[in-house]
Amino acid sequence: MLDSFLTRAALAGIGTALAAAPLGCFIVWRRMAFFGDATAHAAILGVALALSTGLPIFAGVLVMALAMAVFVTKRNARHSVDTALGVAAHASLAIGLVAVSFLGNIRFDLESFLFGDILSVSKTDLLVIWGGVAAVSALLCWRWDAFLAMTLNEELAAASGIDTRREQLILTLALALVVAVAIKAIGALLISSMLIIPAAAARPLADTPERMAAIAAVIGMLSAIGGLAGAWYLDTPAGPSIVCMATLIFVLTGAMKRRG
Amino acid sequence: MKTILSIENLGVRHGRETVLSGVDLTLSRGEIVTIVGPNGSGKTTLLRAIVGAAPITAGRITRKDGLKIGYVPQKLAIDNTLPITVRRFLNLPKKISDSDAQQALARTGAEALTSRQITELSGGQMQRVLLARAIIGQPDLLLLDEATQGLDQPGSAEFYTLIADLRETLDCAVLMVSHELHVVMAASDRVICLNGHVCCHGTPEHVASAPEYRALFGSGTKGALALYRHEHDHAHDHGHENEHDHEHS
Repeated sequence: MLDSFLTRAALAGIGTALAAAPLGCFIVWRRMAFFGDATAHAAILGVALALSTGLPIFAGVLVMALAMAVFVTKRNARHSVDTALGVAAHASLAIGLVAVSFLGNIRFDLESFLFGDILSVSKTDLLVIWGGVAAVSALLCWRWDAFLAMTLNEELAAASGIDTRREQLILTLALALVVAVAIKAIGALLISSMLIIPAAAARPLADTPERMAAIAAVIGMLSAIGGLAGAWYLDTPAGPSIVCMATLIFVLTGAMKRRG
Repeated sequence: MKTILSIENLGVRHGRETVLSGVDLTLSRGEIVTIVGPNGSGKTTLLRAIVGAAPITAGRITRKDGLKIGYVPQKLAIDNTLPITVRRFLNLPKKISDSDAQQALARTGAEALTSRQITELSGGQMQRVLLARAIIGQPDLLLLDEATQGLDQPGSAEFYTLIADLRETLDCAVLMVSHELHVVMAASDRVICLNGHVCCHGTPEHVASAPEYRALFGSGTKGALALYRHEHDHAHDHGHENEHDHEHS
């Protein structure tokens, strides 16, 4: 079954959506969209690191995404400075692209890292993606209530005995994992969209945080499948088609809410 | 009186800026202590240090073994994108039974709000829900950060009556931060005037007449403070009275 590249692509898309969408709810609730961007864009730096050291792409991306996430967390300990995050997000992308260009003797397709290359997913890639899904889901289930308390009010969480700095770090690790998992299917530029759009699309349909995360996961998976189908029939790029599908669902759920 | 929390020579810095220095404070079971101080005087930072959310750079905080803190924040950083009901909120960070939840809500007069979305609550309803969450599990210490911000006068008076009741029934200490000097000071056993350090402390009457306090909050032309002093301190000089007539006319 896994011998069909379309099946592999679908599994990769579904896995990416499953890992990204529930975590994306926290990105939305905590107003961390720019933070997600900065972390995701650092993935290109990770690609450069991996290519120059011979590390697997997944490992290089995970390391750089984690480094960037920790860096911006420390810089903005108390204040969410929009501008600083914007600088980090775009600087890491630009520096990554320049770094990659220095590796001129290595032949590779830059576009596949920017926009993903879901149709060339290998069995090993699938293993990495679903391993990542398992790890991110486990982290989220394990820390769910602590994350939620911290999201509502940091002092309130601390007063209940939650170590908010530790939880912040675990959340950051989960985000870096999602970035590393998603770069193959979606690419560095559009990873944030798979975090944010399914979560935003789920909001009008949900009345508890848990339902919102579950609905976001379903919407993410539908987007992956629908986007791939669209890409197949319309001959459009797969990653952007998945994001377009997610956006379509976002518009539809928003309209449903206004009617109902 | 049993001491449940003692702070010695506490210092907190944010980067290079010193927010608090040399703060001493002890809290005993059953007393209501209020921290007053101008904006940026470190009131909230002191509460953050007590719950462990602000790193301490000097001195120390000693908590009674197993001290349970109920924290009532100023507001929740809740985004409209986060759907959560009052009942679900009470389960954070630990799941509680429905009867405990109902009991806590009933105590603060919020029993009708169980299934409402948090983002749809009014300011007064929100404060009752936050207070209900804080008293679950019988805290030894109740911390309130500007809890009555956004409530009208009768609303906040009612809220402080509720706090005084809870102090009786829970036998806990209450430490609160407030801007509403007159109401808050009347409701407190002790007042601490903070401005990076402890300027003065003592009974409400003592603090209200302390020169350090007057230096921070003006010498009585502010309506709120004047109201308090009219009730509790009748030593106005003539010029002072005139200022008042002027303001009220």
